[in-house]
Amino acid sequence: MSLERFISQAVSSWMSEDGPDSDIVLSSRIRLARNLSEINFPTLATNEESGKVIETIEDRISKGPAPGFGKMELLKMDDIKPLQKRVLVEKHLISPHLAENAPHGAFLLSENEEISIMINEEDHIRIQCLFPGLQLTEALEAANLIDDWLEENINYAFDEHYGYLTSCPTNAGTGLRASVMMHLPGLVLTRQMNRILPAINQLGLVVRGIYGEGSEALGNIFQISNQITLGKSEEDIVEDLNSVVSQLIAQERSARGALQKTSNIQLEDRVFRSYGTLAHSRIIETKEAANCLSDVRLGIDMGYIKDIPRNILNELMILTQPGFLQQYAGGPLSPDERDIRRAAFIRERINMEKNQ
Amino acid sequence: MICQECNQRPATLHFTNISNGDKTEMHLCERCAQEQGEMFMMNQGSGFSINNLLAGLLNMEPSFQTKKQEAFHQEHVLKCNHCSMTFPQFVKVGRFGCANCYETFKGQLPPIIRRLHSGNSTHMGKIPRRIGGNIQIQRNIANLKQVLSEHISKEEFEKAVEVRDQIRSLEKQLEDKRKGGE
Repeated sequence: MSLERFISQAVSSWMSEDGPDSDIVLSSRIRLARNLSEINFPTLATNEESGKVIETIEDRISKGPAPGFGKMELLKMDDIKPLQKRVLVEKHLISPHLAENAPHGAFLLSENEEISIMINEEDHIRIQCLFPGLQLTEALEAANLIDDWLEENINYAFDEHYGYLTSCPTNAGTGLRASVMMHLPGLVLTRQMNRILPAINQLGLVVRGIYGEGSEALGNIFQISNQITLGKSEEDIVEDLNSVVSQLIAQERSARGALQKTSNIQLEDRVFRSYGTLAHSRIIETKEAANCLSDVRLGIDMGYIKDIPRNILNELMILTQPGFLQQYAGGPLSPDERDIRRAAFIRERINMEKNQ
Repeated sequence: MICQECNQRPATLHFTNISNGDKTEMHLCERCAQEQGEMFMMNQGSGFSINNLLAGLLNMEPSFQTKKQEAFHQEHVLKCNHCSMTFPQFVKVGRFGCANCYETFKGQLPPIIRRLHSGNSTHMGKIPRRIGGNIQIQRNIANLKQVLSEHISKEEFEKAVEVRDQIRSLEKQLEDKRKGGE
């Protein structure tokens, strides 16, 4: 397969399209957790019960697609190869939990990959909407539409007092997790992140790395999400997150401005060294690639580099993950082979831009 | 292959850990693997640690009770009649077994929920349209019944009749909806 075709097939809309404030906010995600009222939660459900959940969803689809979201296909985890699962996880379309520990897992995916519905994960149903840029409100609207569409034919577990009942009490109430992925090199370079993180935590928000809980902030990318799901309306949760994100955007912009003013040539040097590494290296690890990609993206945002589109960071951060590299290579690779492939892949991708 | 930790049980889990380009392989049996929980990293690491933290939080409860009560508790373990999950099990795994567990453990939940959600304990968000409609109607009926009994106690019978008719029409709506929903 040619690189161009591989990328066009591998890239979801959230990686390739521009959204509001997408110089800093890479993507916005909304997740709603829902359960069927009569069936045991997936942790305890029997094979038969899990099958029934899938049947219920299939039944819903057969009665007509969700308005405005096109055809959605139901895929069972059993039918998916381990490498493909890994790719889906790297693209944030399904969770690691669904890929690894959900024996009766399945998922629905919209054609543009903005909407995915996970089935029999920790909860029976998890609706996920992933949009480019800062579009939390829009993503919440879309998730609500899907939610209402499902509810037309499904009896949700709902309690007046505790709201939507979820397997884990940390999700009860709205079942809503709103998160944004932000590229914050300015705040990291000016060493402000350590000061900002505790403040964010105090506001009931959580900060993580690009691949969720426990992962480190690769390439200066941070994921910020709400922790509390009960006692606030969906709109308030999203609004609270939005306001914090807006402040972070403002601080990141001013940090970039300050960097340009005080150490312009040092910054330019850093950007072009990283560009050189990406354009010419023969062996490159995930972490080094991520750091260089972050520098190059910063260089594009700040106008040092003009001939590369800025979504290259979103795209290559995902496409140079181990699963994708192996998918592209068509089979398993050892870590050493991956580092060589990764370097080749990035070189080729950059050349592709230059030749256009 | 034998587990490289205990050298006794057969190894059933095989890990490859790559950090900074160095590759290490581990072959473990299930028990030793669990002890090395951190190895799971991306796969199970998140669920694992959250579970532990949560179980820790939930576990704080019994320590407040006296030992005498504990003896009594053992005879009288709360158990969900839908999924058979017991309260100690819930505390251990940090996950409910089914929707009915919320009802079964109703007495135990408020402090746990408040701790997890910054003191909040009542849902303020979305209500599902279809079944939620009933909840809204039920709420209204409950309110009206209170109004009705107030009117009766004040001997305002004309007003009471009005309210009674409102309640009847709402109850009819509720019934129609229930039939329609099935």
